[in-house]
Amino acid sequence: MAGILIQREKQVFRKGADKFDMSCEKNSTAGSVSQRACVFCGSRVVLYPIVDALHLIHGPIGCASYTWDIRGALSSGRQLHRMSFSTDLQEKDVVFGGEKRLYQSLIELIDKYKPKSAFVYATCIVGIIGDDVDAVCKRVSNEKGIPVFPVHSEGFKGTKKDGYKTACEALFKLVGTAETKDIGKFSINILGDFNIAGETWMIRDYYNRMGVEVVSTITGDGRTDDIRRAHGASLNVVQCSGSMMYLAKMMKEEYGIPFMRVSYFGIEDTSDALLKVAEFFKDAGITVKTKELIKEETDIYLPEIYKYRDNLKGKKTTVYVGGAFKAFSLIKALDVVGMSVAVVGSQTGNQDDYARLKKMCDEGTIILDDSNPVELANFSLEKKVDIFIGGVKERPMAYKLGIGFCDHNHHRKEALTGFKGMLNFVKEVHSSVMSPVWRFTNRK
Amino acid sequence: MNTTVTRNPCKLCSPLGASLVFKGIRGTIPLLHGSQGCATYIRRYFISHFREPVDIASSNFVETTSIFGGAKNLCEALENINEQYRPEIIGVATTCLSETIGDDVPLFLNNFLKKKGSETFPDIIFVSTPSYSGTHMDGFHSAVKSIVEYYSHLCESADSSFFGDRSEKSVAVFPNFVSPADIRHLKEIILDFGMKPVFVPDYSQTLDGVSWNKYEKIPEGGTSRENLMSLREASFLLELGNSLTGMDSAGKFLESKFGSKNYGLGLPIGIDLTDDFFNSLKIISGRKIPEKYIAQRGRLVDAYCDAHKYLFGKKAVVFGEEDMVVSIAQFLCEIGVIPVLCASGAKGSEMRKALQQLSQKYKNEIVIRTKADFVGIEEEAEILKPDFLIGNSKGYTLSRKLGIPLVRVGFPIHDRFGASRILHLCYKGTQELFDRIVNAIVAKKQSESEAGYTYM
Repeated sequence: MAGILIQREKQVFRKGADKFDMSCEKNSTAGSVSQRACVFCGSRVVLYPIVDALHLIHGPIGCASYTWDIRGALSSGRQLHRMSFSTDLQEKDVVFGGEKRLYQSLIELIDKYKPKSAFVYATCIVGIIGDDVDAVCKRVSNEKGIPVFPVHSEGFKGTKKDGYKTACEALFKLVGTAETKDIGKFSINILGDFNIAGETWMIRDYYNRMGVEVVSTITGDGRTDDIRRAHGASLNVVQCSGSMMYLAKMMKEEYGIPFMRVSYFGIEDTSDALLKVAEFFKDAGITVKTKELIKEETDIYLPEIYKYRDNLKGKKTTVYVGGAFKAFSLIKALDVVGMSVAVVGSQTGNQDDYARLKKMCDEGTIILDDSNPVELANFSLEKKVDIFIGGVKERPMAYKLGIGFCDHNHHRKEALTGFKGMLNFVKEVHSSVMSPVWRFTNRK
Repeated sequence: MNTTVTRNPCKLCSPLGASLVFKGIRGTIPLLHGSQGCATYIRRYFISHFREPVDIASSNFVETTSIFGGAKNLCEALENINEQYRPEIIGVATTCLSETIGDDVPLFLNNFLKKKGSETFPDIIFVSTPSYSGTHMDGFHSAVKSIVEYYSHLCESADSSFFGDRSEKSVAVFPNFVSPADIRHLKEIILDFGMKPVFVPDYSQTLDGVSWNKYEKIPEGGTSRENLMSLREASFLLELGNSLTGMDSAGKFLESKFGSKNYGLGLPIGIDLTDDFFNSLKIISGRKIPEKYIAQRGRLVDAYCDAHKYLFGKKAVVFGEEDMVVSIAQFLCEIGVIPVLCASGAKGSEMRKALQQLSQKYKNEIVIRTKADFVGIEEEAEILKPDFLIGNSKGYTLSRKLGIPLVRVGFPIHDRFGASRILHLCYKGTQELFDRIVNAIVAKKQSESEAGYTYM
């Protein structure tokens, strides 16, 4: 295909034609219109759903404006996470430093909103102008008696993944700061679900029905006090492993809590996830209840899902996701309704992820790392896909080309998790693929 | 409450404004010199409003870039953009990061072009947009000025016979940050006056385009290089937006350099401001106002009368970009609505002056807030008890809280469909705005009435 930058040739793989030697986990090529964001974005999205925390963005205004209430992460309590706070650094702060402004801002906000904890995101220029964010956070924490964590998320210090890591480090400091004696042995933390459209609630409900205690949800509908006692759980169940594996690993090392990677996307993966957790506890009661739950839910939703199969059978998709783990689940889930994946890629996958994708895909499938609109569009056209599954940045591109679209990212307002979520997903895919409008477009 | 911290910002950063302007120049790719996130966030923000693909490249700083400077990344980015997009122009805007580390971008570009040969490489237009000073509107106006300056220098060395027929009157229009529908409407009006308009910028097609056959790396449309080079030949200059009077603007630059007269007008919203606009066009063109617009004005006056009672004494909160706020406030005053609070995140010294005059003229008490944020607006609105809000979709939180309608105008509109097609300007745009305001008030009254009447 024309239009692939030379520097990116090894980040594009065609199964069956190319030798597999995928290059990934590198910085985006300068001048390529990457779909990635930055370190700050990674930290912000991971911590965002902690609803009783103060999230203060230290830097000039842009980073705060663009991340104000943009995600569908729901709260059952306070809505503090949906506000956007910024130190809004000005030219004189850049010259003389922004520490005073940061201190004053924190004090004002804590007095006014009484948060349970605070996260201070240091954006691009903060380190360069020499602000000692750690010292300010420490001082405020001492004065106000709540934990105040610096999150060093300068945009240029790596990729979104590094932002996840920084966020996990801040969370790790919060874990272990409260009493855990009333926590039972059949207990878990739900890691890596962000309660988009209430998804964490759905998952939590499954565990409740299984007889498993959920100590904390990190970070969907997250609470400071729950995270403080997360070290009391017997198991960390990690979804979206890209963002939360760091925390799970640190907790394993420090507190000896084992972890397992799961996905709640699709009936197969959700069932596997719940069964794996049940197996872990080796408790007859839990196992029975889990099997019952899976049967009950599958009986309700699978026949509903199958109703769409005739229309969807044989349709082709492009799947472009942040973390590659999501792509595995999507491929399996699409298969349930007879759909195949012709182009698949991720922003942040690693060698193992791409090797696994290669194994899962049909001959001729195109696999992409850190792709850009030109590639995504041209490959989707070449493969004549019917629907593009991705994030909000890819939506207009798909529509422009007369291709359907399903939002699988965190801006969406539809729950796609678990058994019911699979039905929602299939319905959404169906409503785009089967729409009568495409005949007016140029796509033949 | 007077705070140090900004809570729910009522402004965006300056590279966003510059990127938008570059999207309105034919064959142009914007390149932000900084971290990857800046380009991605701004793209997402535009995409959710315009519902169009918006490609903005980044020089993608890494840790070593911020230590050793961004020259290498910038050059690599320029090469790659040229390779992948084959643009006519690359619009380079800085970010807070590249400004803070002190990158001398003009020098980098000079060296780069010396090496590459400026004859064969796309034009590179540079604008400095440090996000720690000003708002997105400052970035917007700076980019417009940079483009105009660039091509006025370039055409000094060009063959002047290129500019063709000078007998046809041409107008250079600096339309401000308005919708694609607004730009199309302004264009129609100027053509109806028998003149040739050149818009800087013109994203009426690039950000509100048709369905495609293949991926258009750079969408069709935008002001062409040729037209930019003919700006100095413009018979007149027309600059919209009150804030530009206090600024070293593109219009003033061209006027001082080439002597064409610059008309600085407020955004034409409402009858008074649109009358000013049409009267200026009448003078510029030497023609009468076309019948079609006289009829539009007539219908608007008729509608004002038909609906005046629903509006009289109603209170509104207006927020958003300073020039939009000033013109909407003036429009509200002329239909009997009191703009009790007018707010913008900008420094807005011109906005303050204009609104103070307005307040005196109509003997209305107007609270003016510059450098405002949404929490501040909310706190004052709770006391002022407005009947409706008028501004961008970020006001929805407040609208929901107070249980009053939000009439969506300007940018961003992320929670409704068709933002590109909202017409704000001139008699026709005012008519649409007027109908929406009246209906918002009537609808609220209707839905709150116990009887639920089916007529008004």
